[in-house]
Amino acid sequence: MLQTEPQRHLGILQRLDTVMQRLGQQPSTLIPMLQEIQDEYRYLPEDLLTYVATALNVSPATVYGVATFYAQFSLEPKGKYVIQVCDGTACHVRGSMPVYEAICKKVRLIDGKATTDDGLFTVESVSCVGACAAAPVVTINGEVYGKMTPDAIVVIIDTLDKRGDEVS
Amino acid sequence: MNTMTINGQQVQYEQETNLLEVIRKAGIDLPTFCYHSELSVYGACRMCMVDVNGRGALASCHTPPEPGMVIKTNTPELRHMRKISLELLLANHDRECTACSRSGSCKLQELAQRFGIQEIRFGQRDKRTPLDHSSPSIVRDPNKCILCGDCVRMCEEVQGIGVLDFTHRGSKITVSPAFNKQLGDVECVNCGQCAAICPTGALTVKAQTEQAWRAIHDPKTTVVVQIAPAIRVAMGEEFQMPAGQSTLGQIAAALRLMGADYVFDTSFTADLTVLEETHELVNRLQNDGPLPHFTSCCPAWVKFVEQYYPEFLPNLSSCRSPQQMFGSLAKYRFSQDLEMSPDDMFVISIMPCTAKKFEAQREEFQPGGRPDVDLVLTTQELAKMIREDGMDFAHLEPSSMDMPFGFVTGAGVIFGVSGGVSEAVLRHAFVELTGKPPQAQDLAVVRSTEGQRITDVQLGDTTLRLAVAHGLAQAKDLLEKIKNGEERVDVLEVMACPGGCVGGAGQPIVQQRAQSVEKRTSALYREDKGLQLHQSAQNPMVKDVYQRWLEKPGSDKAHALLHTHYGSRRRISGTAMEMGYAPQAPVDVQVCVGTSCYLKGSMQVLKALTDQVSQAGLTDNVRLRGAFCCQQCASGPMVIVGDDVVAGVSPKDIPDVMHRIRQQMEIPASR
Repeated sequence: MLQTEPQRHLGILQRLDTVMQRLGQQPSTLIPMLQEIQDEYRYLPEDLLTYVATALNVSPATVYGVATFYAQFSLEPKGKYVIQVCDGTACHVRGSMPVYEAICKKVRLIDGKATTDDGLFTVESVSCVGACAAAPVVTINGEVYGKMTPDAIVVIIDTLDKRGDEVS
Repeated sequence: MNTMTINGQQVQYEQETNLLEVIRKAGIDLPTFCYHSELSVYGACRMCMVDVNGRGALASCHTPPEPGMVIKTNTPELRHMRKISLELLLANHDRECTACSRSGSCKLQELAQRFGIQEIRFGQRDKRTPLDHSSPSIVRDPNKCILCGDCVRMCEEVQGIGVLDFTHRGSKITVSPAFNKQLGDVECVNCGQCAAICPTGALTVKAQTEQAWRAIHDPKTTVVVQIAPAIRVAMGEEFQMPAGQSTLGQIAAALRLMGADYVFDTSFTADLTVLEETHELVNRLQNDGPLPHFTSCCPAWVKFVEQYYPEFLPNLSSCRSPQQMFGSLAKYRFSQDLEMSPDDMFVISIMPCTAKKFEAQREEFQPGGRPDVDLVLTTQELAKMIREDGMDFAHLEPSSMDMPFGFVTGAGVIFGVSGGVSEAVLRHAFVELTGKPPQAQDLAVVRSTEGQRITDVQLGDTTLRLAVAHGLAQAKDLLEKIKNGEERVDVLEVMACPGGCVGGAGQPIVQQRAQSVEKRTSALYREDKGLQLHQSAQNPMVKDVYQRWLEKPGSDKAHALLHTHYGSRRRISGTAMEMGYAPQAPVDVQVCVGTSCYLKGSMQVLKALTDQVSQAGLTDNVRLRGAFCCQQCASGPMVIVGDDVVAGVSPKDIPDVMHRIRQQMEIPASR
């Protein structure tokens, strides 16, 4: 990935510098910086967290504490497509779990793993995305798909899978 | 003076900042895990809940007192709450008390007893987390952590480091170093204050008594023991004696009964330190520095400077700590007196300190792989050995120290308190500079319990500006002031632990820690008073040591055995980060983006270098990485090209770096 995207790390360091210039070199800038990294890599690489700790003059343990506290951050690399299945009350009673199982089967995720071996998909269940009227709801990289069924989600993943092949 | 009602009694209060303090002053020992007056209020353990009339149950530790409050501390609801909290903590706790080194001094055990908990209605946690044995000083057992956060706040607030923090959330929450690394791989300075404040056995002093027994029981090994100044006034507390009672004679007797061959006093090498360090200081004062002169007796402080203030490394005294001076003298000179090989001698230090375990393992103090000090035991560990041996410590017939390293002056003894090293050095410098001994009032300014104190000391015509700090956060604050020119001092003494070595993390674990430290401090000052000599230079055995082995303070011979040097040190283990070019490329270029280099502009260097490498079309030939600390922080920003280390690089030096890259590219081709 590094060869195909040269200077990616340097690019993110420059973006982090911009965030710091905008918000100040202080502990409260931590979360915006982590968001920037999560945005770029879809996870938080350890070396970059050490860099952030250095830049903001907070201890690496504190950065790690914040990074592990929020569900929006991930310390493990996530897939190209992050599929979130809402399992809030409304979605649950309208059958979110069969949808979840259909997704796992489709992308061949077993043994409670969250990310496929090819790094294409991450599947997770979340508690309420706030779109209960369209239950059951699935979001893929932030895009919302309402009134899902096990059949419908498979069709959607098929189209993603093809796009994914083209890109990678 | 205001009044409130506690359990039907009228109670007056004044300065107290929270209800808990008022209640405890009224004689009610409300239980807590997470409240410590020297740390910020956290309010996590919920043990100190009280009923405030009209407001319900509140945590008293973070409720400010108000006049006329009506408080109850022991209603059925409160008792129920406390018991539930305790039961939940116990359900989540590794309850193998019999095999826990904190059994007997564990707060959780004590409160479970106090609240009569004989049955835990909740299931025991089945998941076990591995123990962290990586640190030379501390063992971390997450299975015993009750998440009170005392260690987190101690390290952050008192020591200014923040090695530990809460990670994850909800049921998965743990206290751990960054990235779930081990303590030995991160910026921990080994002071052990986290273990001293931990209410349970989650953080404990590394136990090494077995190694001591092995050496003692080996007939071929001569065991030489040194006892640090702060031990004599604390050991009694392990045996129900009052804090501050001097028990040096009993400690010596106990060691002999166990089988130690020689028992010496580290205060002796403290006297030696005074002569060497004063010589070094006077030299620095007369020859333009480097000033301020930093003491270097405290290994946690030394590691702190190595990690965070590399620019001040030349300011650290080159004198070894008294422990290490003792080690080298014993192994390489005393062994000659005994006509034996240093390999047959085993040096054990009894220290109030966990960082001394780390110090003894430093490369500098293991010439040729043979350690000067073989083993460091804390006060706690020696107490365990005494108990194991079944001695009635309090009633042992006192025994005296061996010669030659057993004769000490008061100056060497007060090394155990914050300000003691300074006072001892000043006593000697006073004589050196004025020709007469100081009166008590001349140096009284050094004695205080303030975390940070700066004072002018008049030594004849010379005015010496002296700063003393204990607690590394206080030291950090002082260093920042010195760095930005707000303060100018000649001498800086730092001890990492509150109160100095008497408050070390290896000392007995007691309920009223602050009071104990205070009593140990005044006991050491009393000890000084009771001795015949108060000037290190008057110590006849020190004179003898110079005459026979070291010539004079600061001589080459003294330097070889009693001095050392320190270097910068990275804070956290980790790999360099790839900066985007081909990771398999032949030329490896690393730009340091660790803290020191970052602050000196390594980012600009990195940017300029990237641009140049692209413009030159060398992107396929260069593996560019951002390194985290090449441990040469004082001369950063650092750039490493292959094996070439280039210091102090600025963007205008990039052509030179590019030249080196081209050279490196040619080397493999020409081979």
